[in-house]
Amino acid sequence: MTEGILIGLTTALSFQNIFMVMIGCFFGTIIGMLPGLGPMTAIALMIPITYGFDPATGLILMAGVYYGAVFGGSTSSILLNAPGVPGTVATSFDGYPMAQQGKAGKALAIAAWSSFAGGTLSAIYLLFMAPSLSKVSLSFRSPDYFALMILGLTAIAAFSSKGQFLKAMMMVVLGLMLASVGQDSLSDITRFTFDNMNLTDGISFVLVVMSTFAMSEALTIILKRNDPTAAAKQVSLTELGSIKINKEERGKMYRTIPRSSVIGFLIGVLPGAGATIASFLAYGMERNLVKDEEKEKFGKGSVNGLSAPETANNAACSGSFVPMLTLGIPGSGTTAVMLGALLGFGIQPGPRLYMTNPEIFWSVIMSMYIGMVILLILNLPLIPYIARILAVPKNYLIPLILFFSITGIYVMSFNNFDIYLMIGIAVVATFLRLYDFPMPPLILAFVLGGLMEENLRRSLLLSNGSWEFLWDRTLTVCILITTILIVLWHIYKTFTKNKP
Amino acid sequence: MNINTTKIISLLFFIFSAFYLYTAYQIQVFAFDENAPFNARTFPIYLGYSGLFFSGLKLILPDPDTIKVEHRTLEYKKTALLIVIAIIYGATILKVGYFLTTSLFLFASYYFLGERRWVLMFLLSFPFVAGFMYLLHGVLEIYLRDPFLKTIGVMG
Repeated sequence: MTEGILIGLTTALSFQNIFMVMIGCFFGTIIGMLPGLGPMTAIALMIPITYGFDPATGLILMAGVYYGAVFGGSTSSILLNAPGVPGTVATSFDGYPMAQQGKAGKALAIAAWSSFAGGTLSAIYLLFMAPSLSKVSLSFRSPDYFALMILGLTAIAAFSSKGQFLKAMMMVVLGLMLASVGQDSLSDITRFTFDNMNLTDGISFVLVVMSTFAMSEALTIILKRNDPTAAAKQVSLTELGSIKINKEERGKMYRTIPRSSVIGFLIGVLPGAGATIASFLAYGMERNLVKDEEKEKFGKGSVNGLSAPETANNAACSGSFVPMLTLGIPGSGTTAVMLGALLGFGIQPGPRLYMTNPEIFWSVIMSMYIGMVILLILNLPLIPYIARILAVPKNYLIPLILFFSITGIYVMSFNNFDIYLMIGIAVVATFLRLYDFPMPPLILAFVLGGLMEENLRRSLLLSNGSWEFLWDRTLTVCILITTILIVLWHIYKTFTKNKP
Repeated sequence: MNINTTKIISLLFFIFSAFYLYTAYQIQVFAFDENAPFNARTFPIYLGYSGLFFSGLKLILPDPDTIKVEHRTLEYKKTALLIVIAIIYGATILKVGYFLTTSLFLFASYYFLGERRWVLMFLLSFPFVAGFMYLLHGVLEIYLRDPFLKTIGVMG
């Protein structure tokens, strides 16, 4: 492990990779501050550029964008009560009241330090947990993987859709259907190509991500007449006030950060959960744990109330790398995008990744520390300046997003059929978004489609076509029971919510 | 009469799943694979049934959280224009080349979205694309085919 850490540290500390983390954090912060444009869009736009680098550098760049976007989202939550990403909604509960009291600078500083501490602590947890989990996951068989994928897809559908489980499951099926287009991996028989040669190799992952996120988000902004840059224009006009945190406030943060980082990390590890649930749970837990006197300050500018969700959402980001790096199964839409990009590099993440490609495995973990330091430097003194850059008019921002999306696809295939396909998928995705059909389950399903079919194939062949493989192994049964519990919990929540 | 659009989408998805399932059954597999526990059509068939199941449930079950979209407030014209110029972009990029089509695509997009600052529009299209092209082609060594620049002798 020590050797791996040193390899990772050497890779992460190379000039090029530090520069990539900086670029990623900066770009991610900008996108994260724009309400409506989340980390998935930011990462999707970066994918074509990452193909010009080696896999470790590409992944480091994408990871930097991820932290940056979550960090940037908290800034607009605090200053404008307009969370850039769902994971920072809980931040606005106490961050925005604090800003209204003229303590915007302090709120930003608390958020920045909490994010830094949360991210750093969870990177330490990741450092110890990932290799152990990798060893455990070596004992996983095809039925376990198949069950695990079912769990991941069910969980992301249950957690990502605000009471719209069936809609999310429809998106899961659609993602799997899109993944089934092209040649069958074993027999090379073409499926759903309708004699179109352009579809023989299947639909490109980058094309699906670009069209369902970057391009459809741009079209949705135009269609709904939103102006994501309006918020940024106001930020530069806001009086931030002092960024100093006093001794009493620091004392409160010392107690909040460790427990929130643990809950954030553990929630991040769970498939489908992620930063949003982690931040809400940490906020709720903190409110229950503090003294009655402090409890009354919640929602009115509490230091604990701001620190807890900020710590947890950053810890969850690091936690979400665990299933991706160790099992090869992404736990969230964002890590699904990264997994797809890694597959594009010809690298299969999984339990053997840290043995076969230690430089990738460890350098990503090491770059997390560097990313946290860079974000701290970025967020504290530079936010008003970044906000000014953001005041780019919508009339320029949208065409530029479309430009990056289309160019991204074009440089990968030099084929105009892909551009048409991308436009078609983006139009459908835009329409689906209008009616709250979530896109992350579609992406996760698209990425997992091939692996899922492969594991089902092996399981069915080994059991001679019988579905008994689902209850032959204890581990498979445990995973399936967890899946059933998630579905039952979701049905219960829907039932209690709709009760008069 | 109020039509629930979510139900219509579910119905369309149901029809799509039925078509997908029909096509899945038509997949030609090797003769020796026909009765195998798993062949090229097995997984798509399960997917087709899953699609029918979930969209069918959405159709049948009541929808208490109906999403209402105010169509009159939506900006269809500009969205459609952007889609059309993206299609034109796709149709011309191979013949004309990356530089000219991309620059014109950006310029037209700014214009249709209501921008009229010509100098800025120009700077953020032609020189911007040239810079980006240099980054891709010159720095990252990603080959970009461009018949137009080749004709005028800028690119080899």
